[in-house]
Amino acid sequence: LNHVVHNGGLYKRPFNEAFEETPMLVAVLTYVGYGVLTLFGYLRDFMRQWKIEKCQNATEREEQKDFVPLYQDFENFYNRNLYMRIRDSWNRPICSVPGAKVDMMERVSHDYNWTFTYTGKVLKGIINMGSYNYLGFAQKAGTCQEAAAKVLSQYGAGVCSTRQEMGNLDKHEELEKLVARFLGVESAMAYGMGFATNSMNIPALVGKGCLILSDELNHASLVLGARLSGATIRIFKHNNMQSLEKLLKDAIVHGQPRTRRPWKKILILVEGIYSMEGSIVRLPEVIALKKKYKSYLYLDEAHSIGALGPSGRGVVEYFGLNPEDVDVMMGTFTKSFGAAGGYIGGKKELIDYLRTYSHSAVYATSLSPPVVEQIITSMKCIMGEDGTTVGKARVQQLAENTRYFRRRLKEMGFIIYGNEDSPVVPLMLYMPAKIGAFGREMLKRNIGVVVVGFPATPIIESRARFCLSAAHTKEMLDTALKEINDVGDLLQLKYSRHRLVPNLDRPFDETTYEETED
Amino acid sequence: MDIKRVKDYIYWLYYQYLLISCSYVLEPWEQSMFHTITVTVFAMVVYTAYVFVPIHVRLAFEFFSQIFGGQPDSTV
Repeated sequence: LNHVVHNGGLYKRPFNEAFEETPMLVAVLTYVGYGVLTLFGYLRDFMRQWKIEKCQNATEREEQKDFVPLYQDFENFYNRNLYMRIRDSWNRPICSVPGAKVDMMERVSHDYNWTFTYTGKVLKGIINMGSYNYLGFAQKAGTCQEAAAKVLSQYGAGVCSTRQEMGNLDKHEELEKLVARFLGVESAMAYGMGFATNSMNIPALVGKGCLILSDELNHASLVLGARLSGATIRIFKHNNMQSLEKLLKDAIVHGQPRTRRPWKKILILVEGIYSMEGSIVRLPEVIALKKKYKSYLYLDEAHSIGALGPSGRGVVEYFGLNPEDVDVMMGTFTKSFGAAGGYIGGKKELIDYLRTYSHSAVYATSLSPPVVEQIITSMKCIMGEDGTTVGKARVQQLAENTRYFRRRLKEMGFIIYGNEDSPVVPLMLYMPAKIGAFGREMLKRNIGVVVVGFPATPIIESRARFCLSAAHTKEMLDTALKEINDVGDLLQLKYSRHRLVPNLDRPFDETTYEETED
Repeated sequence: MDIKRVKDYIYWLYYQYLLISCSYVLEPWEQSMFHTITVTVFAMVVYTAYVFVPIHVRLAFEFFSQIFGGQPDSTV
């Protein structure tokens, strides 16, 4: 079943994204599993209420028993009765730099994950497939660390003020000029926290009377920022340009709901790489739509900056587009640059406006100087301005690792979501017991993975998410792949029936055939 | 050696049953309760099949052979 989309030649390279359908038997068994857990959850809640069993989770105080209940909704039920049982796969304390290999503190639980105790042993050299360390800049030795240490001895660690008051260091100005040059925009501004960049700046850009068109699977920071702004929010289906166009047409034709006045602004919120699906936004089509309907585009490149594109400049460079077409380019320094914080880039008037009106600029403390120096050094390394080719080599290593890892996993027979070029690799698990089992079995084999379930994903589509890094060598990837293969056989995770629905964008007249890459 | 392989295989099947039915995450007493219920239901299904299925199959066979065969078992 080949799905061919004629796109008028907007894409300069093949766009291979595939989301294999859930096998029917697996879906039915997953629901059966959740049904069993729900029944046992009700049983345990009944026992807790009638004091047959000690209640160890949060409950209202005696004086509040007559008020509206705080802990009755499904999320808390799920939390008490499923999440607690497999909680040992999350919040694992690490005690070294989260590079390609990491050390973890071992912990055991004697009361089924309600409390943990540390045995004191440290598990060393666990291959880290969970950190957002795309270019391998999470290091404790090297040029970045030395530069950051020098700045630390010069400026100290704390800034003790907001950007508007006394917290605007010359380092911040230098960083912002560098970020603007890196992205190819006129001007940029950096903030202390990536989540706060989204949630505090979208309210400054849009308000009541504006329309926000947001992707179905946008990150919580974008959703929070959109809700805080007070604008009307409409959701379009994930990466579905027909759905977006329909919403744009309806918005232009019908205007605001009651008064039929035209919308003051229409803002489209998309992300570069969606971290739960591993899919890449269809940016050429979004920009074409934006220009046709005269709306604005806010692109959140949290995971794609540094990770996509031949020189690491993000999803705009990956598609070969002009950075000036994107009105607001937002990103974070947390993932590829090994630091913390976020930035917004765009036209000079926009950034000057944000300097005064953004909540984050006015009320939040600015970036800490050693962190700024880490970003500056890593960005110069990626651009090649430090005189070496280390940055370029890392970007290419990441691309090779991505292609190799994804190809091998698909060959083994796992269901992998997402685009061929995205370094985020979700491997579907589906059944709730396999979430806990996968995390534990991989840790036994010295590989640290992140498993995700409800509420971050739909309830039957739980997955294990691998984040590849330029710091992973081929040997590490081979070890990891061998262990994943073993665990996949042990837990029967190889669901794929190779019935891929690849979205190959080619004009009608070309024949489509199976592409084999070597 | 063969016995060990068979035992490992049976243990692996049991592990799959635990994973699919989500009793892998339950506490031991909950697991015992769940296994008891499952085994009881399964035993009842097997018993019902043993008692009723042969009779139903024989009756259905007679019904269809009457239609197609045409020779009635005449009541003489």
